[in-house]
Amino acid sequence: MKTDDLVSLLAKGLTPVPRHAAAQRLGLALAVGLAAGLLLLVLGYGIRPDLARAAGLSMFWVKLLVPAAIGCAGLLATHRLARPGVPAGLTWLGVFMPVAGLWALAAMVWMAAPVPTRPALLWGSTWTTCALSIAAFSLPTFAGALLALRSLAPTQARAAGAAAGALAGGLGAAVYALHCPELAAPFLAVWYVAGMAIPVLAGALIGPRCLRW
Amino acid sequence: MHYTEAESELRALMLRGLDGDQVAYRTLLERLSRHLRAYLLRRLQGWPDDVEDLVQECLLAMHNQRHTYQSDQPLTAWVHAIARYKMIDLLRAKSTREALHDPLDDDSELLVDEQAGASEARRDLGGLLQTLPDRQRLPIVHVKLDGLSVAETARRTGMSESAIKVGIHRGLKALAARIRSTAP
Repeated sequence: MKTDDLVSLLAKGLTPVPRHAAAQRLGLALAVGLAAGLLLLVLGYGIRPDLARAAGLSMFWVKLLVPAAIGCAGLLATHRLARPGVPAGLTWLGVFMPVAGLWALAAMVWMAAPVPTRPALLWGSTWTTCALSIAAFSLPTFAGALLALRSLAPTQARAAGAAAGALAGGLGAAVYALHCPELAAPFLAVWYVAGMAIPVLAGALIGPRCLRW
Repeated sequence: MHYTEAESELRALMLRGLDGDQVAYRTLLERLSRHLRAYLLRRLQGWPDDVEDLVQECLLAMHNQRHTYQSDQPLTAWVHAIARYKMIDLLRAKSTREALHDPLDDDSELLVDEQAGASEARRDLGGLLQTLPDRQRLPIVHVKLDGLSVAETARRTGMSESAIKVGIHRGLKALAARIRSTAP
């Protein structure tokens, strides 16, 4: 087939396409992921019984808002990387800054704490399950975001996969925070960050494989 | 032509194309295929025979992914990113293959003519089209090649109008996927 013939094939019977397809598809992934996460929380894990009391504690909000901020930055980065010629730009800062802030807070708490109390700040009572639970909570959003990306056109597959992982990890950790009893900054700095890093690494690993177009 | 002038003209054509304006869209693709050909000829000097195939692959990719263009973005950046992506894909496939088989033929680079016109594509897109299943092939042949309306095609094939539209959409995506899997 000559190129001119291909051009007329493509132009003939052209249908209008909706605008903002990337935002719509990622928004859908986000909604489905959030709904699935809340379902898993309510039916599987259970909301922490003292949620009302916890809501009065500033660390509870740190635990909720740091992952939420990472998820938002991941969403912005994914939305940019889903479209050819739009670099992620400064959106990566939005992923790393909350982590850096959390680490700084954890370091201050750690240094200020008497030595005998330090292990409790790091291990808490749920360190064995925390990171994997966060990864489990992020799975629906992760799958949804990758499906959305497959219908779009990421030209940097590895970065796009990682961004989808940041979106899913942040959202998953924010939902898991409604169950989690831990409140110490050093615990969050290690186990929450590890939990969110799992989907990011997974996305970077499988991105080049599953996001080709 | 001045860069910004070409950019704003092409972008206007693209926006009209996204709204379904066939004439504007055809003009856009014709102009983009000339830009792409020149761009790829400069960068694929060792493989002039692959240029036209790659131009076609890029055009098909742009068509299939046209919903990812957002009007706040320069069209040139969008087109360039797609062309680059497809070119790197081709070079990667080639380097894997040629590392195994034949050495790079340096002499051929000296003999590249200043080609401006379209050369013959080596890949047989029409043939690939015939390998698609009927539910995709028939809508593409009737609507996109013969220029029938969706309604008329639905009547002739006994498919529903939405099945025709879906068949065209999925068929062109499947065609792009076949191109990838039969890469040189």
